[in-house]
Amino acid sequence: MSTGDGFTSGVEDSRGHSPSAAISVRGVEKSYGEVRALAGVDLDVEAGTVLGLLGPNGAGKTTLVRVLTTLLKPDAGQAFVSGLNVVEQARELRERIGLAGQYAAVDENLTGLENLTMVGRLYGSTRRVAKARGRELLERFDLVEAGGRPVKTYSGGMRRRLDLAAALVARPPVLFLDEPTTGLDPRSRLGLWDVIEDLVAEGATVLLTTQYLDEADRLADRIAVIDHGTVIAEGTSDDLKSRVGGMRLEVTLEEGSDASAAVRSLEGFGEDRPVVENGQVKVSVRERRGAIVEAARRLGDAGIGVDDLVLRRPTLDDVFLTLTGHAAEEAKADEAAEVVGSGG
Amino acid sequence: MRRLVIDTAVIAERNLLRLPREPSLLTAFTIQPIMFVLLFRYVFGGAIRTDYSNYADFLIPGIIVQNIAFGGFVTALGLNEDLHKGLIDRFRSLPMARAAVLAGRTLSDVVTNALSMLILLVVGLIIGFSFNTSVLDAIAGIVLLLLFGYAWSWFFAWIGLLAKSAESANSVGFIAVFPLTFVSSAFVPVSTFPSALRAFARVNPFTLMVNAMRYLWQHGPGVGVSNVWWSLLWIAGIFAVFAPIAVARYRRATG
Repeated sequence: MSTGDGFTSGVEDSRGHSPSAAISVRGVEKSYGEVRALAGVDLDVEAGTVLGLLGPNGAGKTTLVRVLTTLLKPDAGQAFVSGLNVVEQARELRERIGLAGQYAAVDENLTGLENLTMVGRLYGSTRRVAKARGRELLERFDLVEAGGRPVKTYSGGMRRRLDLAAALVARPPVLFLDEPTTGLDPRSRLGLWDVIEDLVAEGATVLLTTQYLDEADRLADRIAVIDHGTVIAEGTSDDLKSRVGGMRLEVTLEEGSDASAAVRSLEGFGEDRPVVENGQVKVSVRERRGAIVEAARRLGDAGIGVDDLVLRRPTLDDVFLTLTGHAAEEAKADEAAEVVGSGG
Repeated sequence: MRRLVIDTAVIAERNLLRLPREPSLLTAFTIQPIMFVLLFRYVFGGAIRTDYSNYADFLIPGIIVQNIAFGGFVTALGLNEDLHKGLIDRFRSLPMARAAVLAGRTLSDVVTNALSMLILLVVGLIIGFSFNTSVLDAIAGIVLLLLFGYAWSWFFAWIGLLAKSAESANSVGFIAVFPLTFVSSAFVPVSTFPSALRAFARVNPFTLMVNAMRYLWQHGPGVGVSNVWWSLLWIAGIFAVFAPIAVARYRRATG
Protein backbone atom coordinates (compact mmCIF):
# COMPACT_ATOMS: atom_id res chain seq x y z
CA MET A 1 0.00 0.00 0.00
CA SER A 2 1.31 3.41 -0.90
CA THR A 3 0.15 5.13 2.24
CA GLY A 4 3.07 5.09 4.58
CA ASP A 5 2.68 8.60 5.96
CA GLY A 6 1.11 10.48 8.83
CA PHE A 7 -2.39 9.16 9.07
CA THR A 8 -1.88 5.69 10.46
CA SER A 9 -2.36 7.56 13.80
CA GLY A 10 0.27 7.94 16.45
CA VAL A 11 0.51 4.26 17.25
CA GLU A 12 3.53 3.71 15.06
CA ASP A 13 5.81 5.11 17.76
CA SER A 14 4.15 3.79 20.91
CA ARG A 15 3.22 0.16 21.30
CA GLY A 16 1.50 0.84 24.61
CA HIS A 17 -2.27 0.82 24.88
CA SER A 18 -3.80 4.23 25.25
CA PRO A 19 -5.17 4.50 28.82
CA SER A 20 -8.09 6.77 27.92
CA ALA A 21 -9.23 4.61 25.00
CA ALA A 22 -12.46 2.61 25.27
CA ILE A 23 -11.10 0.33 22.57
CA SER A 24 -7.40 -0.25 22.10
CA VAL A 25 -6.01 -2.73 19.59
CA ARG A 26 -2.34 -3.59 19.01
CA GLY A 27 -0.96 -5.90 16.37
CA VAL A 28 -4.03 -8.11 16.12
CA GLU A 29 -3.75 -10.89 13.55
CA LYS A 30 -6.14 -13.59 12.48
CA SER A 31 -5.88 -16.07 9.62
CA TYR A 32 -8.26 -18.64 8.24
CA GLY A 33 -6.02 -21.18 6.63
CA GLU A 34 -4.32 -19.33 3.80
CA VAL A 35 -6.43 -16.22 4.12
CA ARG A 36 -5.03 -13.48 6.32
CA ALA A 37 -8.17 -11.76 7.51
CA LEU A 38 -6.32 -9.46 9.91
CA ALA A 39 -2.67 -8.73 9.26
CA GLY A 40 -1.69 -6.67 12.30
CA VAL A 41 -4.35 -4.13 13.21
CA ASP A 42 -3.61 -1.13 15.46
CA LEU A 43 -6.51 1.02 16.52
CA ASP A 44 -7.71 3.29 19.33
CA VAL A 45 -11.18 4.61 20.01
CA GLU A 46 -11.55 7.29 22.66
CA ALA A 47 -14.42 6.87 25.10
CA GLY A 48 -17.61 8.56 23.98
CA THR A 49 -16.62 8.80 20.32
CA VAL A 50 -17.64 6.96 17.18
CA LEU A 51 -15.05 5.26 15.06
CA GLY A 52 -16.11 4.36 11.55
CA LEU A 53 -14.25 1.31 10.33
CA LEU A 54 -14.46 1.69 6.60
CA GLY A 55 -13.52 -0.93 4.08
CA PRO A 56 -14.74 -3.06 1.21
CA ASN A 57 -16.16 -6.54 1.64
CA GLY A 58 -13.49 -8.92 2.83
CA ALA A 59 -11.25 -6.18 4.21
CA GLY A 60 -11.38 -7.72 7.69
CA LYS A 61 -14.01 -5.49 9.33
CA THR A 62 -16.25 -8.29 10.55
CA THR A 63 -13.30 -10.36 11.71
CA LEU A 64 -12.06 -7.44 13.82
CA VAL A 65 -15.51 -6.93 15.34
CA ARG A 66 -15.67 -10.64 16.15
CA VAL A 67 -12.30 -10.45 17.91
CA LEU A 68 -13.35 -7.37 19.91
CA THR A 69 -16.68 -8.91 20.94
CA THR A 70 -14.97 -12.10 22.23
CA LEU A 71 -16.42 -14.29 19.48
CA LEU A 72 -13.02 -15.03 17.99
CA LYS A 73 -9.58 -15.46 19.51
CA PRO A 74 -6.86 -13.55 17.67
CA ASP A 75 -3.77 -15.47 16.51
CA ALA A 76 -1.51 -12.67 17.70
CA GLY A 77 -1.67 -9.20 19.24
CA GLN A 78 -3.71 -7.75 22.07
CA ALA A 79 -6.97 -5.91 22.36
CA PHE A 80 -8.64 -4.16 25.25
CA VAL A 81 -12.25 -3.03 25.34
CA SER A 82 -13.46 -0.96 28.26
CA GLY A 83 -10.14 -1.73 29.92
CA LEU A 84 -10.66 -5.50 29.73
CA ASN A 85 -8.57 -7.95 27.73
CA VAL A 86 -10.79 -9.49 25.06
CA VAL A 87 -9.25 -12.94 25.51
CA GLU A 88 -8.38 -13.21 29.18
CA GLN A 89 -11.32 -11.23 30.54
CA ALA A 90 -13.87 -12.24 27.92
CA ARG A 91 -16.49 -13.17 30.48
CA GLU A 92 -16.46 -9.83 32.32
CA LEU A 93 -16.26 -7.99 29.03
CA ARG A 94 -19.47 -9.55 27.71
CA GLU A 95 -21.36 -7.69 30.46
CA ARG A 96 -20.14 -4.39 29.04
CA ILE A 97 -20.56 -4.61 25.29
CA GLY A 98 -23.46 -4.65 22.89
CA LEU A 99 -23.28 -6.17 19.43
CA ALA A 100 -25.60 -5.54 16.52
CA GLY A 101 -24.68 -7.41 13.38
CA GLN A 102 -25.34 -7.19 9.70
CA TYR A 103 -27.27 -10.44 9.91
CA ALA A 104 -29.83 -8.96 12.30
CA ALA A 105 -29.51 -11.70 14.86
CA VAL A 106 -32.98 -11.82 16.31
CA ASP A 107 -35.28 -14.83 16.53
CA GLU A 108 -37.78 -14.68 13.68
CA ASN A 109 -40.36 -16.74 15.47
CA LEU A 110 -40.40 -14.72 18.66
CA THR A 111 -42.11 -11.37 18.99
CA GLY A 112 -40.06 -8.21 19.39
CA LEU A 113 -40.80 -8.11 23.12
CA GLU A 114 -39.99 -11.81 23.59
CA ASN A 115 -36.66 -11.30 21.86
CA LEU A 116 -35.70 -8.39 24.09
CA THR A 117 -36.91 -10.17 27.22
CA MET A 118 -34.88 -13.23 26.32
CA VAL A 119 -31.73 -11.17 25.85
CA GLY A 120 -32.34 -9.33 29.13
CA ARG A 121 -32.70 -12.61 31.02
CA LEU A 122 -29.51 -13.93 29.45
CA TYR A 123 -27.78 -10.83 30.83
CA GLY A 124 -28.99 -12.03 34.22
CA SER A 125 -32.11 -9.91 34.78
CA THR A 126 -35.28 -11.35 36.23
CA ARG A 127 -38.17 -11.89 33.85
CA ARG A 128 -40.00 -8.85 35.23
CA VAL A 129 -37.05 -6.49 34.89
CA ALA A 130 -36.14 -7.85 31.44
CA LYS A 131 -39.68 -7.35 30.21
CA ALA A 132 -39.88 -3.80 31.53
CA ARG A 133 -36.57 -2.95 29.85
CA GLY A 134 -37.84 -4.59 26.65
CA ARG A 135 -40.94 -2.36 26.66
CA GLU A 136 -38.79 0.70 27.24
CA LEU A 137 -36.62 -0.17 24.25
CA LEU A 138 -39.58 -0.94 22.00
CA GLU A 139 -40.89 2.52 22.76
CA ARG A 140 -37.57 4.14 22.07
CA PHE A 141 -37.13 2.34 18.75
CA ASP A 142 -40.65 3.00 17.61
CA LEU A 143 -41.63 -0.67 17.71
CA VAL A 144 -44.41 -0.57 20.29
CA GLU A 145 -47.12 -1.59 17.87
CA ALA A 146 -45.02 -4.35 16.33
CA GLY A 147 -43.71 -5.53 19.71
CA GLY A 148 -46.34 -8.26 20.02
CA ARG A 149 -45.86 -9.66 16.50
CA PRO A 150 -43.38 -12.36 15.46
CA VAL A 151 -40.28 -10.80 13.96
CA LYS A 152 -40.76 -12.63 10.66
CA THR A 153 -43.53 -10.14 9.89
CA TYR A 154 -41.12 -7.18 10.30
CA SER A 155 -39.60 -5.10 7.51
CA GLY A 156 -35.82 -5.01 7.11
CA GLY A 157 -35.57 -1.66 8.86
CA MET A 158 -37.69 -2.84 11.80
CA ARG A 159 -35.50 -5.91 12.20
CA ARG A 160 -32.37 -3.80 12.34
CA ARG A 161 -33.95 -1.52 14.91
CA LEU A 162 -34.86 -4.52 17.02
CA ASP A 163 -31.37 -5.91 16.62
CA LEU A 164 -29.96 -2.60 17.78
CA ALA A 165 -32.41 -2.54 20.69
CA ALA A 166 -31.23 -6.04 21.67
CA ALA A 167 -27.65 -4.76 21.75
CA LEU A 168 -28.71 -2.00 24.17
CA VAL A 169 -30.59 -4.16 26.65
CA ALA A 170 -27.86 -4.02 29.29
CA ARG A 171 -26.96 -0.36 28.61
CA PRO A 172 -23.44 -1.28 27.52
CA PRO A 173 -20.83 1.50 27.50
CA VAL A 174 -19.30 0.16 24.27
CA LEU A 175 -21.30 -0.72 21.20
CA PHE A 176 -20.25 -2.63 18.10
CA LEU A 177 -22.39 -2.08 15.03
CA ASP A 178 -21.34 -4.35 12.19
CA GLU A 179 -22.67 -2.85 8.96
CA PRO A 180 -25.89 -1.72 10.62
CA THR A 181 -27.53 -0.48 7.42
CA THR A 182 -26.26 -2.92 4.79
CA GLY A 183 -29.12 -4.00 2.59
CA LEU A 184 -31.59 -1.42 3.87
CA ASP A 185 -33.58 0.89 1.65
CA PRO A 186 -32.56 4.59 1.79
CA ARG A 187 -35.41 5.64 4.05
CA SER A 188 -34.75 2.94 6.65
CA ARG A 189 -31.10 3.83 6.49
CA LEU A 190 -31.78 7.45 7.33
CA GLY A 191 -34.04 6.35 10.18
CA LEU A 192 -31.34 4.11 11.60
CA TRP A 193 -28.77 6.87 11.33
CA ASP A 194 -30.94 9.11 13.50
CA VAL A 195 -31.17 6.37 16.10
CA ILE A 196 -27.41 5.83 16.13
CA GLU A 197 -26.78 9.57 16.44
CA ASP A 198 -29.06 9.65 19.50
CA LEU A 199 -27.09 6.84 21.09
CA VAL A 200 -23.85 8.64 20.58
CA ALA A 201 -25.29 11.82 22.03
CA GLU A 202 -25.88 9.84 25.23
CA GLY A 203 -22.20 9.12 25.52
CA ALA A 204 -21.79 5.58 24.20
CA THR A 205 -18.55 4.59 22.53
CA VAL A 206 -19.33 3.10 19.16
CA LEU A 207 -17.31 1.13 16.68
CA LEU A 208 -19.24 1.08 13.47
CA THR A 209 -18.19 -0.87 10.41
CA THR A 210 -19.48 0.15 7.06
CA GLN A 211 -18.74 -0.03 3.39
CA TYR A 212 -20.75 3.12 2.80
CA LEU A 213 -18.60 6.20 2.75
CA ASP A 214 -21.48 8.56 3.39
CA GLU A 215 -22.40 6.57 6.47
CA ALA A 216 -18.91 6.91 7.94
CA ASP A 217 -18.91 10.57 6.93
CA ARG A 218 -22.13 11.30 8.74
CA LEU A 219 -21.84 9.17 11.89
CA ALA A 220 -18.17 8.84 12.73
CA ASP A 221 -15.91 11.24 14.64
CA ARG A 222 -12.91 9.46 13.26
CA ILE A 223 -12.56 7.06 10.39
CA ALA A 224 -10.16 4.16 10.02
CA VAL A 225 -9.81 2.79 6.52
CA ILE A 226 -9.13 -0.94 6.51
CA ASP A 227 -8.05 -2.97 3.51
CA HIS A 228 -6.55 -6.46 3.27
CA GLY A 229 -6.55 -6.79 7.03
CA THR A 230 -4.65 -3.65 7.99
CA VAL A 231 -5.60 -0.10 8.85
CA ILE A 232 -4.19 1.93 5.99
CA ALA A 233 -5.31 5.38 7.15
CA GLU A 234 -6.95 6.92 10.16
CA GLY A 235 -8.19 10.39 10.96
CA THR A 236 -11.21 12.64 10.87
CA SER A 237 -13.23 12.77 7.72
CA ASP A 238 -11.66 16.17 6.94
CA ASP A 239 -8.14 14.82 7.53
CA LEU A 240 -8.72 12.05 5.11
CA LYS A 241 -10.31 14.24 2.48
CA SER A 242 -7.49 16.75 2.57
CA ARG A 243 -5.04 13.91 1.95
CA VAL A 244 -6.46 13.37 -1.45
CA GLY A 245 -5.72 16.89 -2.45
CA GLY A 246 -7.56 20.13 -2.87
CA MET A 247 -10.69 21.26 -4.61
CA ARG A 248 -11.85 20.12 -7.96
CA LEU A 249 -13.80 22.07 -10.45
CA GLU A 250 -16.54 20.18 -12.26
CA VAL A 251 -18.08 21.60 -15.39
CA THR A 252 -21.27 20.27 -16.94
CA LEU A 253 -21.55 21.32 -20.59
CA GLU A 254 -24.66 22.18 -22.53
CA GLU A 255 -23.31 20.26 -25.52
CA GLY A 256 -21.33 17.10 -24.83
CA SER A 257 -19.51 17.60 -28.14
CA ASP A 258 -17.79 20.67 -26.68
CA ALA A 259 -15.82 18.50 -24.26
CA SER A 260 -12.49 18.58 -26.04
CA ALA A 261 -12.78 22.33 -26.61
CA ALA A 262 -13.49 22.77 -22.91
CA VAL A 263 -10.47 20.66 -21.98
CA ARG A 264 -8.30 22.87 -24.21
CA SER A 265 -9.59 26.09 -22.74
CA LEU A 266 -9.06 24.91 -19.15
CA GLU A 267 -5.55 23.65 -19.76
CA GLY A 268 -3.04 25.10 -17.33
CA PHE A 269 -5.88 25.96 -14.94
CA GLY A 270 -4.80 23.44 -12.34
CA GLU A 271 -1.81 21.24 -11.72
CA ASP A 272 -3.03 18.40 -13.89
CA ARG A 273 -4.67 18.22 -17.27
CA PRO A 274 -8.47 18.46 -17.25
CA VAL A 275 -10.20 15.11 -17.75
CA VAL A 276 -13.62 14.13 -19.06
CA GLU A 277 -15.57 11.82 -16.77
CA ASN A 278 -19.24 10.90 -17.01
CA GLY A 279 -19.86 13.76 -19.41
CA GLN A 280 -18.27 16.31 -17.06
CA VAL A 281 -15.00 18.10 -17.44
CA LYS A 282 -13.00 17.95 -14.21
CA VAL A 283 -9.87 19.77 -13.22
CA SER A 284 -7.99 20.32 -9.97
CA VAL A 285 -7.88 23.86 -8.57
CA ARG A 286 -4.75 25.56 -7.22
CA GLU A 287 -6.41 28.52 -5.59
CA ARG A 288 -10.02 28.49 -4.51
CA ARG A 289 -10.50 32.23 -4.69
CA GLY A 290 -11.68 33.44 -8.08
CA ALA A 291 -11.56 29.95 -9.55
CA ILE A 292 -15.17 29.86 -10.68
CA VAL A 293 -15.04 33.33 -12.22
CA GLU A 294 -11.82 32.52 -14.04
CA ALA A 295 -13.17 29.22 -15.35
CA ALA A 296 -16.42 30.83 -16.50
CA ARG A 297 -14.45 33.55 -18.30
CA ARG A 298 -12.24 31.05 -20.14
CA LEU A 299 -15.16 28.89 -21.20
CA GLY A 300 -17.18 31.95 -22.22
CA ASP A 301 -14.27 33.25 -24.33
CA ALA A 302 -14.13 29.91 -26.12
CA GLY A 303 -17.87 30.16 -26.80
CA ILE A 304 -18.69 26.98 -24.86
CA GLY A 305 -22.17 26.78 -23.30
CA VAL A 306 -22.05 25.82 -19.61
CA ASP A 307 -24.93 24.12 -17.84
CA ASP A 308 -23.38 23.90 -14.38
CA LEU A 309 -20.12 24.81 -12.74
CA VAL A 310 -19.19 23.63 -9.22
CA LEU A 311 -16.23 23.56 -6.89
CA ARG A 312 -16.21 20.29 -5.06
CA ARG A 313 -14.18 19.07 -2.12
CA PRO A 314 -13.04 15.47 -2.51
CA THR A 315 -15.45 12.89 -1.13
CA LEU A 316 -14.59 9.86 0.90
CA ASP A 317 -15.06 7.94 -2.32
CA ASP A 318 -12.08 9.78 -3.73
CA VAL A 319 -10.18 9.09 -0.52
CA PHE A 320 -10.97 5.44 -0.76
CA LEU A 321 -9.93 5.22 -4.34
CA THR A 322 -6.67 7.03 -3.65
CA LEU A 323 -5.82 4.93 -0.61
CA THR A 324 -6.76 1.49 -1.80
CA GLY A 325 -6.40 1.82 -5.53
CA HIS A 326 -9.90 0.52 -5.96
CA ALA A 327 -13.38 1.86 -5.34
CA ALA A 328 -15.31 0.93 -2.22
CA GLU A 329 -17.77 -1.30 -3.99
CA GLU A 330 -15.11 -3.41 -5.67
CA ALA A 331 -13.04 -6.18 -4.16
CA LYS A 332 -15.91 -8.62 -4.24
CA ALA A 333 -13.39 -11.36 -4.85
CA ASP A 334 -12.31 -11.02 -1.24
CA GLU A 335 -15.83 -11.49 -0.04
CA ALA A 336 -15.49 -15.27 0.10
CA ALA A 337 -12.73 -14.91 2.64
CA GLU A 338 -14.92 -12.86 4.91
CA VAL A 339 -17.81 -15.27 4.57
CA VAL A 340 -15.55 -18.17 5.50
CA GLY A 341 -14.38 -16.09 8.42
CA SER A 342 -17.73 -15.18 9.84
CA GLY A 343 -19.46 -18.45 9.10
CA GLY A 344 -16.83 -20.45 10.90
CA MET B 1 -24.18 -23.53 38.08
CA ARG B 2 -27.23 -21.49 38.96
CA ARG B 3 -26.54 -19.41 35.88
CA LEU B 4 -26.38 -22.52 33.70
CA VAL B 5 -29.75 -23.72 34.98
CA ILE B 6 -31.46 -20.36 34.42
CA ASP B 7 -29.91 -19.77 30.99
CA THR B 8 -30.76 -23.31 29.88
CA ALA B 9 -34.35 -22.70 30.92
CA VAL B 10 -34.45 -19.37 29.05
CA ILE B 11 -33.16 -21.00 25.86
CA ALA B 12 -35.51 -23.96 26.21
CA GLU B 13 -38.44 -21.62 26.72
CA ARG B 14 -37.44 -19.68 23.62
CA ASN B 15 -37.34 -22.90 21.56
CA LEU B 16 -40.77 -23.91 22.77
CA LEU B 17 -42.31 -20.47 22.24
CA ARG B 18 -41.62 -20.72 18.53
CA LEU B 19 -43.25 -24.11 18.10
CA PRO B 20 -46.87 -23.01 17.81
CA ARG B 21 -45.73 -20.34 15.32
CA GLU B 22 -44.20 -22.78 12.91
CA PRO B 23 -47.10 -24.77 11.50
CA SER B 24 -44.83 -27.11 9.53
CA LEU B 25 -42.97 -28.13 12.69
CA LEU B 26 -46.17 -28.58 14.59
CA THR B 27 -47.56 -30.82 11.86
CA ALA B 28 -44.39 -32.87 11.95
CA PHE B 29 -45.05 -33.49 15.64
CA THR B 30 -48.73 -34.20 15.58
CA ILE B 31 -50.43 -34.98 12.28
CA GLN B 32 -47.57 -36.97 10.74
CA PRO B 33 -47.25 -39.62 13.49
CA ILE B 34 -51.01 -39.96 13.67
CA MET B 35 -51.08 -40.66 9.92
CA PHE B 36 -48.37 -43.27 10.44
CA VAL B 37 -50.40 -44.97 13.14
CA LEU B 38 -53.50 -45.07 10.96
CA LEU B 39 -51.52 -46.24 7.93
CA PHE B 40 -49.94 -49.17 9.74
CA ARG B 41 -52.98 -50.08 11.76
CA TYR B 42 -55.50 -50.09 8.93
CA VAL B 43 -53.52 -50.40 5.67
CA PHE B 44 -50.50 -52.63 6.37
CA GLY B 45 -51.60 -54.04 9.72
CA GLY B 46 -54.02 -56.58 8.31
CA ALA B 47 -51.24 -58.26 6.33
CA ILE B 48 -48.70 -58.34 9.20
CA ARG B 49 -48.65 -61.47 11.38
CA THR B 50 -47.34 -61.04 14.92
CA ASP B 51 -47.52 -63.02 18.14
CA TYR B 52 -49.97 -60.41 19.39
CA SER B 53 -53.70 -60.92 19.11
CA ASN B 54 -54.07 -57.18 18.54
CA TYR B 55 -51.70 -55.42 16.07
CA ALA B 56 -52.26 -52.07 17.83
CA ASP B 57 -50.54 -53.48 20.94
CA PHE B 58 -47.59 -54.46 18.75
CA LEU B 59 -47.53 -51.24 16.75
CA ILE B 60 -47.84 -48.41 19.29
CA PRO B 61 -44.52 -48.98 21.14
CA GLY B 62 -42.78 -49.19 17.75
CA ILE B 63 -44.29 -46.01 16.40
CA ILE B 64 -43.63 -44.09 19.60
CA VAL B 65 -39.97 -45.13 19.63
CA GLN B 66 -39.61 -44.10 15.99
CA ASN B 67 -41.27 -40.79 16.66
CA ILE B 68 -39.16 -40.05 19.73
CA ALA B 69 -35.97 -40.59 17.76
CA PHE B 70 -37.16 -38.25 15.03
CA GLY B 71 -38.03 -35.61 17.64
CA GLY B 72 -34.38 -34.56 17.60
CA PHE B 73 -34.90 -33.12 14.11
CA VAL B 74 -36.14 -29.93 15.72
CA THR B 75 -32.76 -29.59 17.38
CA ALA B 76 -30.88 -30.23 14.14
CA LEU B 77 -32.91 -27.71 12.15
CA GLY B 78 -33.09 -25.14 14.92
CA LEU B 79 -29.36 -25.18 15.69
CA ASN B 80 -28.49 -25.04 12.02
CA GLU B 81 -30.71 -22.02 11.56
CA ASP B 82 -29.39 -20.29 14.69
CA LEU B 83 -25.86 -20.83 13.50
CA HIS B 84 -26.38 -19.46 10.02
CA LYS B 85 -28.60 -16.56 10.96
CA GLY B 86 -26.16 -15.20 13.52
CA LEU B 87 -28.24 -15.92 16.61
CA ILE B 88 -25.47 -18.08 18.06
CA ASP B 89 -23.16 -15.07 17.69
CA ARG B 90 -25.57 -12.98 19.68
CA PHE B 91 -25.74 -15.65 22.40
CA ARG B 92 -21.98 -15.90 22.51
CA SER B 93 -21.59 -12.15 22.90
CA LEU B 94 -23.81 -12.28 26.00
CA PRO B 95 -22.53 -13.06 29.49
CA MET B 96 -24.57 -16.26 29.59
CA ALA B 97 -23.47 -19.81 30.40
CA ARG B 98 -21.81 -21.23 27.30
CA ALA B 99 -23.28 -24.69 27.62
CA ALA B 100 -26.82 -23.33 27.85
CA VAL B 101 -27.41 -23.12 24.10
CA LEU B 102 -27.03 -26.87 23.51
CA ALA B 103 -28.43 -27.84 26.90
CA GLY B 104 -31.52 -25.67 26.37
CA ARG B 105 -31.98 -26.99 22.87
CA THR B 106 -31.92 -30.64 23.88
CA LEU B 107 -34.01 -29.96 26.96
CA SER B 108 -36.79 -28.46 24.88
CA ASP B 109 -36.80 -31.66 22.81
CA VAL B 110 -37.73 -33.56 25.96
CA VAL B 111 -40.82 -31.38 26.27
CA THR B 112 -41.83 -31.76 22.63
CA ASN B 113 -41.14 -35.50 22.78
CA ALA B 114 -43.37 -35.81 25.84
CA LEU B 115 -46.06 -33.93 23.96
CA SER B 116 -45.95 -36.08 20.85
CA MET B 117 -45.79 -39.23 22.99
CA LEU B 118 -48.95 -38.13 24.73
CA ILE B 119 -50.71 -37.54 21.41
CA LEU B 120 -49.66 -40.96 20.10
CA LEU B 121 -50.72 -42.71 23.29
CA VAL B 122 -54.16 -41.12 23.09
CA VAL B 123 -54.53 -42.12 19.44
CA GLY B 124 -53.21 -45.58 20.34
CA LEU B 125 -55.76 -46.03 23.09
CA ILE B 126 -58.51 -45.03 20.66
CA ILE B 127 -57.48 -47.63 18.07
CA GLY B 128 -57.24 -50.46 20.60
CA PHE B 129 -53.85 -50.27 22.32
CA SER B 130 -53.81 -50.97 26.06
CA PHE B 131 -51.32 -51.19 28.93
CA ASN B 132 -51.09 -54.64 30.49
CA THR B 133 -48.59 -53.93 33.25
CA SER B 134 -48.36 -52.02 36.51
CA VAL B 135 -48.47 -48.23 36.63
CA LEU B 136 -44.85 -48.25 37.76
CA ASP B 137 -43.76 -50.28 34.73
CA ALA B 138 -45.71 -48.00 32.40
CA ILE B 139 -44.07 -44.92 33.90
CA ALA B 140 -40.65 -46.57 33.71
CA GLY B 141 -41.34 -47.05 29.99
CA ILE B 142 -42.16 -43.36 29.55
CA VAL B 143 -38.98 -42.34 31.35
CA LEU B 144 -36.94 -44.75 29.23
CA LEU B 145 -38.45 -43.24 26.09
CA LEU B 146 -37.61 -39.70 27.15
CA LEU B 147 -34.03 -40.74 27.91
CA PHE B 148 -33.78 -42.39 24.50
CA GLY B 149 -35.09 -39.23 22.83
CA TYR B 150 -32.68 -37.09 24.84
CA ALA B 151 -29.69 -39.16 23.74
CA TRP B 152 -30.77 -38.89 20.08
CA SER B 153 -31.15 -35.12 20.45
CA TRP B 154 -27.37 -34.94 20.90
CA PHE B 155 -26.88 -36.89 17.70
CA PHE B 156 -29.15 -34.41 15.93
CA ALA B 157 -27.41 -31.46 17.60
CA TRP B 158 -24.17 -32.69 16.08
CA ILE B 159 -25.81 -33.10 12.66
CA GLY B 160 -27.34 -29.63 12.89
CA LEU B 161 -23.99 -28.03 13.67
CA LEU B 162 -22.20 -30.01 10.98
CA ALA B 163 -24.61 -29.43 8.10
CA LYS B 164 -24.20 -26.57 5.64
CA SER B 165 -27.92 -25.90 5.53
CA ALA B 166 -31.16 -26.90 7.19
CA GLU B 167 -32.04 -28.99 4.11
CA SER B 168 -28.87 -31.03 4.31
CA ALA B 169 -29.28 -31.45 8.09
CA ASN B 170 -32.71 -32.78 7.31
CA SER B 171 -31.58 -35.30 4.73
CA VAL B 172 -28.51 -36.49 6.66
CA GLY B 173 -30.61 -37.05 9.77
CA PHE B 174 -33.26 -38.82 7.77
CA ILE B 175 -30.83 -41.11 5.96
CA ALA B 176 -29.23 -42.08 9.27
CA VAL B 177 -32.36 -42.70 11.28
CA PHE B 178 -34.82 -44.02 8.71
CA PRO B 179 -33.16 -47.43 8.09
CA LEU B 180 -32.58 -47.87 11.81
CA THR B 181 -36.27 -47.53 12.53
CA PHE B 182 -37.49 -49.74 9.71
CA VAL B 183 -34.89 -52.50 10.01
CA SER B 184 -36.06 -53.10 13.54
CA SER B 185 -38.90 -54.79 15.34
CA ALA B 186 -40.92 -51.56 15.30
CA PHE B 187 -43.47 -52.52 12.63
CA VAL B 188 -43.00 -56.21 11.79
CA PRO B 189 -41.51 -59.19 13.64
CA VAL B 190 -37.77 -59.42 13.02
CA SER B 191 -38.08 -63.18 12.41
CA THR B 192 -39.54 -62.45 8.96
CA PHE B 193 -36.34 -60.66 7.79
CA PRO B 194 -33.65 -62.31 5.63
CA SER B 195 -30.78 -63.47 7.84
CA ALA B 196 -28.36 -60.60 7.25
CA LEU B 197 -30.97 -57.98 8.06
CA ARG B 198 -32.10 -60.07 11.01
CA ALA B 199 -28.59 -60.02 12.46
CA PHE B 200 -28.51 -56.23 12.13
CA ALA B 201 -32.00 -55.81 13.51
CA ARG B 202 -31.25 -57.89 16.62
CA VAL B 203 -28.54 -55.47 17.80
CA ASN B 204 -30.20 -52.34 16.43
CA PRO B 205 -30.91 -49.99 19.36
CA PHE B 206 -34.38 -49.42 17.95
CA THR B 207 -35.23 -53.12 18.18
CA LEU B 208 -33.94 -53.30 21.72
CA MET B 209 -35.78 -50.13 22.64
CA VAL B 210 -39.06 -51.21 21.05
CA ASN B 211 -38.79 -54.60 22.75
CA ALA B 212 -38.05 -52.88 26.06
CA MET B 213 -41.24 -50.86 25.63
CA ARG B 214 -43.23 -53.99 24.80
CA TYR B 215 -41.87 -55.53 27.96
CA LEU B 216 -42.56 -52.52 30.19
CA TRP B 217 -46.02 -51.76 28.83
CA GLN B 218 -47.35 -55.20 28.01
CA HIS B 219 -45.05 -58.02 29.14
CA GLY B 220 -45.47 -59.01 25.51
CA PRO B 221 -44.64 -62.48 24.18
CA GLY B 222 -40.96 -63.20 23.62
CA VAL B 223 -39.56 -59.96 25.11
CA GLY B 224 -37.67 -59.98 28.41
CA VAL B 225 -36.37 -57.43 30.87
CA SER B 226 -32.88 -57.70 29.32
CA ASN B 227 -34.09 -55.42 26.53
CA VAL B 228 -34.45 -52.64 29.10
CA TRP B 229 -30.82 -53.02 30.22
CA TRP B 230 -29.54 -53.19 26.64
CA SER B 231 -31.55 -50.07 25.82
CA LEU B 232 -30.09 -48.20 28.77
CA LEU B 233 -26.65 -49.22 27.61
CA TRP B 234 -27.37 -47.94 24.09
CA ILE B 235 -28.76 -44.68 25.49
CA ALA B 236 -25.63 -44.19 27.57
CA GLY B 237 -23.49 -45.05 24.55
CA ILE B 238 -25.25 -42.67 22.15
CA PHE B 239 -25.06 -39.90 24.72
CA ALA B 240 -21.42 -40.60 25.55
CA VAL B 241 -20.43 -40.41 21.89
CA PHE B 242 -22.58 -37.63 20.51
CA ALA B 243 -22.77 -35.14 23.42
CA PRO B 244 -18.99 -34.55 23.47
CA ILE B 245 -18.64 -34.34 19.69
CA ALA B 246 -21.63 -32.00 19.48
CA VAL B 247 -20.07 -29.76 22.13
CA ALA B 248 -16.71 -29.87 20.36
CA ARG B 249 -18.39 -29.05 17.07
CA TYR B 250 -20.23 -26.15 18.72
CA ARG B 251 -16.93 -24.76 19.98
CA ARG B 252 -15.33 -25.08 16.56
CA ALA B 253 -18.30 -23.87 14.56
CA THR B 254 -18.47 -20.73 16.62
CA GLY B 255 -14.77 -20.11 17.38
